[in-house]
Amino acid sequence: MGIEMSQLFWIVLTFFILMLIEGFYCITMTYNLLRVLIGLEILIKAVTLFIIFAGYISGNMSLAQAVVITVIVIEVVVVVIATGIILGFFREYDSLNVRNARNMKG
Amino acid sequence: MNIMIFLLVLLVLAALWAVMTSLLLRAAIALALTSIILTVLMFEMGAPLAAVFELSVCAGLISVVFISVISLTHRLPLKEYLDRRKNRIGRFWFLPVLLVIAGLAMFYFKQSFDMRLPAKILIADVRVVLWQLRRLDLFGQIIILLAGVFGVLILFGGSKKNGN
Repeated sequence: MGIEMSQLFWIVLTFFILMLIEGFYCITMTYNLLRVLIGLEILIKAVTLFIIFAGYISGNMSLAQAVVITVIVIEVVVVVIATGIILGFFREYDSLNVRNARNMKG
Repeated sequence: MNIMIFLLVLLVLAALWAVMTSLLLRAAIALALTSIILTVLMFEMGAPLAAVFELSVCAGLISVVFISVISLTHRLPLKEYLDRRKNRIGRFWFLPVLLVIAGLAMFYFKQSFDMRLPAKILIADVRVVLWQLRRLDLFGQIIILLAGVFGVLILFGGSKKNGN
């Protein structure tokens, strides 16, 4: 790996870590369930970016694309199931506040 | 390389907007914008098939799902909304500061190193990798897709019986 590629790796690593900070901050500091899902989406996007970049610097772009397509498919399933759970929560408590989950059974 | 850095800055700013904005609809739109910028980055790095998937699924389908869920919920009364907005600013003002500190720290501890990369795989076509090289993980993916289908059937189909 050349010097320029090494610099680019450090830059992309920096932005990857910044996006991870944003996603984790969003998940930990909010009380809204939809915002938790948005934080999770940001984390998945950061991981997608880094997988594609790993393929870019190593030259195995076909493998990276196959992995990213799999990640996107699983991301959609996760989002649809999570929105279904959030809608069920909203119908039960008439609110999206995650603190209402303390009143659940069990 | 310069255009890639510009796009990376835009990506982080769009994600920051998605986290910081007080309206959920704007957050969903900012998430779609993040996906679009990531798509441009993927095209720039030479991954067109994954980029098309990202654009059509993440910027299209997931935005539709988010906006339809937001439209199924109701909005807060104005006074409560203003209270929560003030509360949100108190909780989220530290995030841009944290981002600047983390970015400066990464820039300060910048290292130049020679990483040994694995040998290039000769198969250059993504379709060959996607359909012919994978074995057991296809079953896992099929099971996850079936879990999604059954979850949607149970979660969204059960509500009709209750009359909601």
